[in-house]
Amino acid sequence: MKTFRSHALICAGTGCVSNKSLQVRTALEEELKKCGLEEEVQVVITGCNGFCAVGPVMVVYPEGIFYQKLTPDDIPLLVSEHFMKGRPVEKLMYREEEKKATVPRMQDISFFGLQVLRALRNRGIIDAEKIDEYIARDGYQALGRALTELTPEGIIEEVKNSGLRGRGGAGFPTGLKWEFCARARGEVKYVLCNGDEGDPGAFMDRSILEADPHSVLEGMAIAARAIGSRQGHIYVRAEYPLAVSRLKLAIEQARDYGLLGKNILNSGFDFDIDIYQGAGAFVCGEETALMTSIEGKRGMPRPRPPFPAYKGLWRKPTILNNVETYANVPPIILHGGGWYSELGTEKSKGTKVFALTGAVNNIGLVEVPMGTSLRSIIYDIGGGIKGKRKFKAVQMGGPSGGCIPESLVDTPVDYESINQTGAIMGSGGMVVMDETTCMVDIAKFFLGFTQEESCGKCIPCRVGTKMMLDILTRITEGEGTEEDLDTLQDLAATIKGTALCGLGNTAPNPVLTTMRYFRDEYEAHVREKRCPAHSCVPLLKFRVNPELCKRCGQCFKACPSGAVIWEKKQVASIDLQKCVKCKNCIMACKFNAIE
Amino acid sequence: MPKLTLDDLKRIKEEAKNATTLREGGQRVKITVHMGTCGIASGARAVMGAFMDEIAKRQVRDVIVTTSGCAGLCSREPMATVELLGEAPVKYVDLDDAKTREILVEHVIGGKMVEKYALAVGSETTY
Repeated sequence: MKTFRSHALICAGTGCVSNKSLQVRTALEEELKKCGLEEEVQVVITGCNGFCAVGPVMVVYPEGIFYQKLTPDDIPLLVSEHFMKGRPVEKLMYREEEKKATVPRMQDISFFGLQVLRALRNRGIIDAEKIDEYIARDGYQALGRALTELTPEGIIEEVKNSGLRGRGGAGFPTGLKWEFCARARGEVKYVLCNGDEGDPGAFMDRSILEADPHSVLEGMAIAARAIGSRQGHIYVRAEYPLAVSRLKLAIEQARDYGLLGKNILNSGFDFDIDIYQGAGAFVCGEETALMTSIEGKRGMPRPRPPFPAYKGLWRKPTILNNVETYANVPPIILHGGGWYSELGTEKSKGTKVFALTGAVNNIGLVEVPMGTSLRSIIYDIGGGIKGKRKFKAVQMGGPSGGCIPESLVDTPVDYESINQTGAIMGSGGMVVMDETTCMVDIAKFFLGFTQEESCGKCIPCRVGTKMMLDILTRITEGEGTEEDLDTLQDLAATIKGTALCGLGNTAPNPVLTTMRYFRDEYEAHVREKRCPAHSCVPLLKFRVNPELCKRCGQCFKACPSGAVIWEKKQVASIDLQKCVKCKNCIMACKFNAIE
Repeated sequence: MPKLTLDDLKRIKEEAKNATTLREGGQRVKITVHMGTCGIASGARAVMGAFMDEIAKRQVRDVIVTTSGCAGLCSREPMATVELLGEAPVKYVDLDDAKTREILVEHVIGGKMVEKYALAVGSETTY
């Protein structure tokens, strides 16, 4: 019997034959003959191999290599590589299906899966420096619709129907604001964008301006059409250099395309935008102060009325909206106000962007439907509290807002529900705090911020916040009295009722909310001269509680000044002569053993 | 004369769509480095540099490298998204120079996702 050095078993079951296995066989036999291999390689026809799905299949022995999905065209390569040179052809071989990916899908990660992107619709997708990429994702289509299909009244109607409210924090209905200004008499009107984001821990507007500047420009142009304005200004902090440079580029590109400037999209509508860089005064986020600042004067608020819708910038009718508000406008015009209002709660429609930061695992920018619970944002999206510590409170609304305690963590985010807690929605800063944060200290921090940023024009704010800050400082230093707590309440109520602008009106909020929910901490500071969170340095004894100490030595490792005395399996102690009171040991201790 | 009409806008939209999506026979891979302030602060420029350096060194020609803003998860920056023709985009997090080079070799050139650095596949839902 003749011996072959190799056998090629081609399947001729019905499945493979219908996939042309017989043609493969003919081609193989011919090719082998051409190469003079017909005496060495035997071609065998087999019955169904069973793996019809990848047919025609062929098994080559002695190597036992399994080829799949062969066509006559594959044969010359197969013969010359495998049978002539002895190199199995990998690309024709059967591969096991890749094992199921261990990497999850974006939608399966709570951080991304629970978000709904409207204002942030282009985040991470487009190149912010290329207008064409914005246009590719429906950019400026809404402006086209606003200029050709809708009347100014029609635009305002859509925005009113959407239920969109000011995303800067106060939550005034955007459509209504535009309507007031549209009705105001005057040839010259202004559209302003507030990018003076100043709350500690907030970075929503910066991210939008950096990632998608055209969405803001388009929103402003639509607003301009609605109220009959020809000039817009974006007020943005000089501390946001990347946002400023991307905005500048975006404006130039839009002008080049004629999407800003004269006769936009052949509609006869003219509109252009300038950037005004603010020097970073917090009060300039207040609308009248912002306008005063653009006018080249010191940024100080003025009493209202007259409201800006009638007398704003240069005493002309003006609308001022926040960056995020404008970014929401194009999809509203494109898909309709009804579409926008499908999401959200009864009085708060659509989505809200939050800058989630502080003691959570996932820090970042999140956009969620109105009505999502704080719990869902902190635990599902934020991934819970860092380092297995306990959640204590979440600060919303920055220096004008307040702290919402753990007991209210199921509060849904909408303007009314958040207001009820004593905090405010604000522009979207969300600072999560764990058990190591002292609530008196946090109130002092925010009040210190507003006190420093107070423009000084009105007495309640200038003097009142200073008095409150002095009291808080006394309390955190262990010098506070019972009477101080009452005085704080009185001062807060007076300032709220009498300050000139929003900065002063809301400045006491951090104190009021912490006194409401964490009164016991204030009392511990005043009565027992003790800081329950082990945070206020003057009240700390820097003494190790031997009952709580687990003798782990973490404090010893953390101490920069060699003040901690510790040996393996021994309770630590602190040499107060060497201690510099930096609190490194307290932060390192997982058992709250250092008082 | 207006510079642009509605029809021009539609044309630009189609052209830009074609230019930014991967096609058979054209570009095979799109790499997006997320360069918001958060990304840059945590080293996105080095990541971009490493991609460009490897691409130049290996003379890879069918790859688009582009930038974008914050991808949302600032605490895991620097981030980059790698999209191969016909496959779901893959988001990489906590990148540095060495990881970037590994991703370029294994995923961009080799076609195999580097699972240990990947956060997720797919894209976010918008609207």
